[in-house]
Amino acid sequence: MNHDSYDDDYIRGILNGVKSIAMVGASPVNVRPSYFAFKYLAQRGYDMIPVNPGHVGKSLLGKPFVASLRDIDRPVDMVDIFRNSSNIMPAVDEALKMTPLPKVIWMQLGARDDAAAEKAEAAGMKVVMNRCPKIEYGRLSSEISWMGVNSRTLSSKRAPMPTQGMRLSLGRTSLSGGATAAADRAAKNRTDPS
Amino acid sequence: MTDRDPGFSTLAVHAGAQPDPTTGARATPIYQTTSYVFNDADHAASLFGLQSFGNIYTRIGNPTQAVLEERVAALEGGTAALATASGHAAQVVVFQMLLKPGDEFIAARKLYGGSINQFTHAFKSFGWNVAWADPDDLDSFERAVTPRTKAIFIESIANPGGTITDIEAIAAVARKAGVPLIVDNTLATPYLIRPIDHGADIVVHSLTKFLGGHGNSLGGIIVDAGTFDWSKDNKYPMLSQPRPEYHGIKIQETFGNFAFAIACRVLGLRDLGPAISPFNSFLILTGIETLPLRMQKHCENAKAIAEWLVAHPAVAAVNYAGLSGDKYNNLARKYAPRGAGAVFTFSLKGGYDAGVELVSRLKLFSHLANIGDTRSLVIHPASTTHSQLDDAAKIKSGAAPDLVRLSIGIEDKEDLIADLDQALRPGS
Repeated sequence: MNHDSYDDDYIRGILNGVKSIAMVGASPVNVRPSYFAFKYLAQRGYDMIPVNPGHVGKSLLGKPFVASLRDIDRPVDMVDIFRNSSNIMPAVDEALKMTPLPKVIWMQLGARDDAAAEKAEAAGMKVVMNRCPKIEYGRLSSEISWMGVNSRTLSSKRAPMPTQGMRLSLGRTSLSGGATAAADRAAKNRTDPS
Repeated sequence: MTDRDPGFSTLAVHAGAQPDPTTGARATPIYQTTSYVFNDADHAASLFGLQSFGNIYTRIGNPTQAVLEERVAALEGGTAALATASGHAAQVVVFQMLLKPGDEFIAARKLYGGSINQFTHAFKSFGWNVAWADPDDLDSFERAVTPRTKAIFIESIANPGGTITDIEAIAAVARKAGVPLIVDNTLATPYLIRPIDHGADIVVHSLTKFLGGHGNSLGGIIVDAGTFDWSKDNKYPMLSQPRPEYHGIKIQETFGNFAFAIACRVLGLRDLGPAISPFNSFLILTGIETLPLRMQKHCENAKAIAEWLVAHPAVAAVNYAGLSGDKYNNLARKYAPRGAGAVFTFSLKGGYDAGVELVSRLKLFSHLANIGDTRSLVIHPASTTHSQLDDAAKIKSGAAPDLVRLSIGIEDKEDLIADLDQALRPGS
């Protein structure tokens, strides 16, 4: 599995397939990226579970915080890890102990741990690293185009009516990888300076 | 299905545009509106807090403008773009994002005269100091680097001389200095040169020229390559530090590889105000659909006319990088294999007076201060676009007093040559 760039179909398949997402490192502080992403994904219909031991007893947009993945009482399709690269492995180890096993491990923009990815993939999970699910959802629905962002998709079909934000569209043709070549190369050079 | 990359011409027609969800309109509608209703208070708060994608007010963004932005970002191979009222406005927004009073940037000496003025005078009053370097002497860029250097600025094809800049060599200097390389790609357009492929971190354009292409609308654009790491060394606090006006959001951390474009929008454009009009966005978008066809014709005509001028007895010299034997021909072959653009200069044996005489005798070429129109244009830079420079600076910038600048249009080249021929014929 190449984790430097992902085919849109891979990302689209994940975002279409999962229904419940546990967000490790979710913050109740409304200027943190994890808060943005949590709220955005909740508004688009995902069953969101905030995981953060520092906020047990509180809730995030009506969803009670749990201290760890172990404390979740229902099946989770995806674990979205909002932690630094150095804190990924413990979260993946915990995810591996869940039953049923989550289908997807997603590491947030800026986070990458290839060893943890390998471990999760060996257990049959799909892995996405160094991406934001909010940005990817926005890009694949073309909603992010409202901000002048290059969605790297084309379509000659009428766009869906935006309601509470755009909905994920399957009818768009993706350019290769949905990635922007120069930006991806730069990101790779940062993680692998050789 | 395997993802595949469409070609440049397909992107020029389709990127960013989609049939309108409400009406099915296939052409991009002109959203001539100042503002946009919110669903509810929470939606409004989300938009203002940068938590949702969407429209608030046309000074910050507009749906017609957004299509233009995505299209140019796609053509340049960038992650995102921000359109502005003019190319000059784009430059102000870019530098305001990067520089604080007392900071410096390095700029190539060979630049559009308007940029030289902006950098020398207007920027000075903001405390942003320009250090000039010579694109013909690459070491001069390295020598100009100081601890206060925050960016390097060049033109891919320089105005007015049509000279080609060695983008990769200067990108290497920028990388070593840990600063972004900004490339003004106005004269080349992404059809001829894609600076991001050669190491540019930010690309700016005057959309007014070849991209819009019809001489009818002002516009500018900033393209984010998504390549620069703004978080390093706290050198660019606008991007790396919490923004008090957005309750402490850090722009780079939140928006990743399109953070620069977002910062230019939600800080630069919002606060400085040079928004592009929706109608201009529409006209420029329409122009971009035919960019590949126009650039082919512009370049074909320019080469034919440059070759004709070389052979003319009244002509002293022609400076066109597309001519074999030109000083910049090797760079043109490397960076712009599809053509060396359509703006170049030449000088007459009769000097300054003969140049002035030529301009007054032309019947098809229009004498005006613009380039990149469907129409062929002529100007005498030393007395107009570069008139505020002293003689030494004129020569260094490629606008010596005896030079005439042409911007070749897409008319029939035989008619353009006939016009130049009658204007150059003595005593007729």
